[in-house]
Amino acid sequence: MNLHEYQAKEILRRFGVAIPPGEVATTPAQAEALAVKFGTAVMVKAQVHAGGRGKAGGVKFCKTPADAKEKATAILGMKIKGLTVEKVLVTVAADIGSEAYVGIIVDRASKKPVFMVSAAGGIDIEEVAAKTPEKIKYHPVDVRYGLQTYEAMQLGFFLYSDVKLARAAAKVMQQLYAAFIATGCSLAEINPLVVTPQGEILAVDGKMVVDDNELDRRPDIEALRDESSEEQSEVDARKHSLTFIKLEGNVGCVVNGAGLAMATMDLVKYYGGEPANFLDIGGSSNPEKVVNALRIITEDPNVKAILFNIFGGITRTDDVANGIVTATKANPLKVPLVIRLTGTNEELAMKILTENGFAASSDMDEAVRHVVAIVKGEKAA
Amino acid sequence: MSIFIDKNTKLVVQGITGRDGSFHTKQMIEYGTQVVAGVTPGKGGQLFEGTVPIFNTVEDAVKATGANTSVIYVPPPFAADAIMEAASSGVQLVVCITEGVPVLDMTRVYPFVKERGVRLLGPNCPGLISPGQSKVGIIPGRICAEGPVGVVSRSGTLTYEIVFQLTRAGIGQTSCVGIGGDPINGTNFIDCLMAFEKDPHTKAIAMMGEIGGTDEQDAAKFIKENMKKPVVGFIAGQTAPPGRRMGHAGAIISGSAGTAAEKIEAFEAAGMGVAKRPIDFVDLIKARLK
Repeated sequence: MNLHEYQAKEILRRFGVAIPPGEVATTPAQAEALAVKFGTAVMVKAQVHAGGRGKAGGVKFCKTPADAKEKATAILGMKIKGLTVEKVLVTVAADIGSEAYVGIIVDRASKKPVFMVSAAGGIDIEEVAAKTPEKIKYHPVDVRYGLQTYEAMQLGFFLYSDVKLARAAAKVMQQLYAAFIATGCSLAEINPLVVTPQGEILAVDGKMVVDDNELDRRPDIEALRDESSEEQSEVDARKHSLTFIKLEGNVGCVVNGAGLAMATMDLVKYYGGEPANFLDIGGSSNPEKVVNALRIITEDPNVKAILFNIFGGITRTDDVANGIVTATKANPLKVPLVIRLTGTNEELAMKILTENGFAASSDMDEAVRHVVAIVKGEKAA
Repeated sequence: MSIFIDKNTKLVVQGITGRDGSFHTKQMIEYGTQVVAGVTPGKGGQLFEGTVPIFNTVEDAVKATGANTSVIYVPPPFAADAIMEAASSGVQLVVCITEGVPVLDMTRVYPFVKERGVRLLGPNCPGLISPGQSKVGIIPGRICAEGPVGVVSRSGTLTYEIVFQLTRAGIGQTSCVGIGGDPINGTNFIDCLMAFEKDPHTKAIAMMGEIGGTDEQDAAKFIKENMKKPVVGFIAGQTAPPGRRMGHAGAIISGSAGTAAEKIEAFEAAGMGVAKRPIDFVDLIKARLK
């Protein structure tokens, strides 16, 4: 789960990281009032779960409260990578002397949280990584001991030669690490970490991604979820224990298992179709899941046909068949349905489907070719 | 022959009385796996299905039965502890089926297991099967057949799909191993490829990867430099939208976005066969068995 910048900053503040004062506004008038309250130049920053906010015009410097109101008017309601901006963070604009990058990510290769720091921070950090990798220091942490002071100092001296600044940066590293562990993050970043002309160290932007598997044991973090900033069909799916990602195509896909779901989408594309979604109904079978899956997919007006691809292992194919029958009785489908199922209780599933007037195949390749032919108008449903 | 498990595998099931644990224990026994013990704290002394003795701890189970392998079906909050318990109890292989284990838990578990010289498979994996000998986990036994192909995969149902297509075409398997899709897992592609290379009965290998990370690229490099046996690969997720999950750090750390195109390119550069569709495995493997 992604946290907004203002949420990440609140957490980092609790762990002692110095961050310029800031508050959230949902209207231009609120943004103006905050600028008056801070009594100085401010930044107005779009709060959406998308990178490249600055490049999209979602981050603006404002000299006066009137300016803040005007910029907030432009940013609120703006779309960034398809997501509508509902909130802005109004924060005191920092004087920037230098910008560094500090991040921690759980690394698959070393199987540890790894610090990455660079004195060349800011929005082009990926380019720094690609073109001048020597400007980034990597440091894996053994979680059983945590980040030791000497390690934090090594990172601090990589950023700053001045011992006072190196010490201050080392402290930020330890605070960021503590926040990362306590919040159950898979990623935490401060970019940029700024040194002001007065020699103060400030975190000017923060990003945190929480491991979804941590949320059950961290209800306080789950409570930070902002459903208004997500695709509504995806929120709906999650509430029904389905994994759903909306795409642009017209072939709706219902599959069990993420790998098979991706392979099914790939095969739709291979035969010249475009998948409308990724949808994994998961391992355990339950007719109710199928009912919700069909409802969510048919709410997308782009969908011209629906493909079921079920390989029954733990999933009982008769449960899926019952789900299809129940769902279509309650809400008759307006688009053709192509069903492929094989595996656990396949004979029973085929019987249920046939008795209710559905045809089904046991071959994946054949079913995908069939559904693509339908959306292309080459074959009747 | 096979890798990791065979007819001498003596299995202890952690979470044997739970919903998933009891269902799959019955399936494993039916397949012919030697299930020698179960563990559910507080139920020590009872019998599962009237035959399998239940113990309070893995240590008790291993001492009493000589179990050499453990499989874990406990809920995610308890999985990390269950893995460490098994790794401290004298078994050589721990297979964790549980899905949803927090990745930070795994950063503690992984070095713990390694230091004890124990092999961990998973978490979040379907387990493994050596057809005709033993199955540990949840891979359906009837889709497999004995034969010369080693199968290793990051996913569950996609593995079933491809194994089933091989079996239907008359191509059996030495072992099928699901390594799991989590960011930190105990056994990776290279561990399995090394074992298949050494196994005298494996003549060719089918490998199924997914988008994300660089495990497939590392495996391709390993294949090119170290393997004589032919490997056919597949990558799921060619049409998946670019990840919305990771910020800058994901791309910085691996120097790669982990796209399907990058991985397929690495396979081709290693001289591997590349299956564009699941069904392509049949012909590509057949050609390499001749």
